[in-house]
Amino acid sequence: MSTAAEPRAERRARRRAARAQEFGDTGGRRLPLWQLVLRYLLLLAILAVMIGPFLWQLSTSLKGPNEDIYSKTPQLLPSDPTLDNYAKVADLIPVWDFALNSLKVAVTNVLTNCVGSALAGYALARMRFRGRKVALVTFVMAMLVPVESIIIAQFMTMRELQLNNTLIGVVLPGCIGAMNVLLMRNAFANLPYEVEEAAYVDGANAWQRFWHVALPSVKGTLAVVAIFAFMGAWDDFLWPLIVLSDQEKFTLTIGLDYLHGAFADNQRLVAAGTIIAVAPLIVLFACLQRYFFRGVGEGAVKG
Amino acid sequence: MSESPVTDRATAAAVAGPAASPAKGAAAGPAPGGRPHRKVRTHLPGTPWLFLGPGLLIVGGFSLYPFVTTVVDSFTDRRTLVEGQYVGGANYQELIHDDKFWTGLRNSLLYMVGVVPLLVILPLLLAMLVARKIPGIAFFRSAFYTPVVASVVVVGLIWVWLLDDRGLVNSMVTGLGLDRIPFLSDSTLLLVSAMLVTVWKGLGYYMIIYLAALANVPRELHEAAAVDGAGAVRRFFTVTVPAVRSTMVLVGALSSVAAFKVFSEVYLMAGPGGGPGGDDTTLVMLVKQTGTGLSGRVGYASAISVVVFVITLGLMLLVLRANRKEDS
Repeated sequence: MSTAAEPRAERRARRRAARAQEFGDTGGRRLPLWQLVLRYLLLLAILAVMIGPFLWQLSTSLKGPNEDIYSKTPQLLPSDPTLDNYAKVADLIPVWDFALNSLKVAVTNVLTNCVGSALAGYALARMRFRGRKVALVTFVMAMLVPVESIIIAQFMTMRELQLNNTLIGVVLPGCIGAMNVLLMRNAFANLPYEVEEAAYVDGANAWQRFWHVALPSVKGTLAVVAIFAFMGAWDDFLWPLIVLSDQEKFTLTIGLDYLHGAFADNQRLVAAGTIIAVAPLIVLFACLQRYFFRGVGEGAVKG
Repeated sequence: MSESPVTDRATAAAVAGPAASPAKGAAAGPAPGGRPHRKVRTHLPGTPWLFLGPGLLIVGGFSLYPFVTTVVDSFTDRRTLVEGQYVGGANYQELIHDDKFWTGLRNSLLYMVGVVPLLVILPLLLAMLVARKIPGIAFFRSAFYTPVVASVVVVGLIWVWLLDDRGLVNSMVTGLGLDRIPFLSDSTLLLVSAMLVTVWKGLGYYMIIYLAALANVPRELHEAAAVDGAGAVRRFFTVTVPAVRSTMVLVGALSSVAAFKVFSEVYLMAGPGGGPGGDDTTLVMLVKQTGTGLSGRVGYASAISVVVFVITLGLMLLVLRANRKEDS
């Protein structure tokens, strides 16, 4: 009765107060107008620095062959906009195949990371067994080894497995990240045990408890793992550069590097290539941005 | 696998918030509620290993095993196509006399020294600017984060075009009546330009970490300081900085480890050879140059890799110690 009876208006006011407190930096007082204006001016100036380079690249990619891209007075808006550069880039290098390769690698990476780290994280957080500490330490140690310092040995391992110059070779080393396992372990460990007790009493086995009870409760962390697995794979440069040698197996990042090397004198093409590579990620980011900033909210709640 | 300041691992940790930091959790043992209350096993004997199997296999096979072979190979003269013979410390002795190695080490350290202070301070100021909830602030936060999302290759190529002799920046410079700046052809300026790109790409990422920390600063502190007559600058140094000091240490740690291992930005802007005369080669670039290809000197590259590992680990331990002192 008492909780339900809390007037809606009161609850709303409380929520509003909580929201106002979030991110309050220098006291909750309202900003004087001049400060507000100054803030927006600063924000806009920084916006120009952070977004401007992308827009300039987009603009270059849309400029026609008769337009001077080196003009003394830079033109942001193309006077003769054209999509020819995108068609041309696809003629010169198989940019769509590169994108498909990147997509294959990234999607596989997301699936293997979500499944593999959720399973391992669940076992570490929720099961009692001999050797749990050893398993945990194994993941922590793996996390401490920087990829850059084992890259040659990874390359030799792939050679021995005859997986060099294959997309499987690109995917394998990062397909279950130790960091992700530990992230999932923490997510599972923070669930109250009572949730699973009921399922256990009902006779659910470990797999059923994992799949039906625990996993649905850690969707947020799983989403974080998925997003960063995708971005990590899509953006990776050093490892594919070392593993891949045939052009038809290139991922986008390697393809762009090749494009830049081979057609450096045609900026319009390089620009079109980079826009093809970055556009999907920016769209993905725009759709999922609240997950990117989840940590900020969490920090505020913990306060 | 990414080698920008924004490694996927580090990003995930930051997004999950400080409390979810696995390193911390691992050190402190299972979180309350994580350990099953009952003493009996609630699963069949082999089940945990079925769950752990894939993870252990990948992590063991592609992180720990390569690490061990890296250390072992560093004492051999192994080449890509030739089995190695044990040569003792010969590789390490050669390192000491190898000018390329010292160039690489110098550049990687310089990179760290140049990039880290900027990445500790600028994102904090940026976070303070976007901390206040004013209309449209979500848009600005997202926009400032965009360079983080974009691949380091895209970002590198965008800046190569901007900093080109005939690029946008130089056409502005000459528009002001000044001489062209050889961003990409002078070996010193090239390294500075690459640092600029790293900072530009990392700003949004560290901004988010600071934003979370700022949200935890008790407002009363600011109010009390304001009542005592402290101005904005004074409040920044007496309230904000002490409150986010541990975050500054974290940002310093993450960015210095990443900066020391820099590869992509310099590789893209200077080319595979590392700029004029190879003067801009970094340590990780040197690992790639020496260790790959049909005549790659795997043993020698492994020795350089061990140096990379030792310095990275040293940096992490240094930061951990600084952090612990602060806690006590």
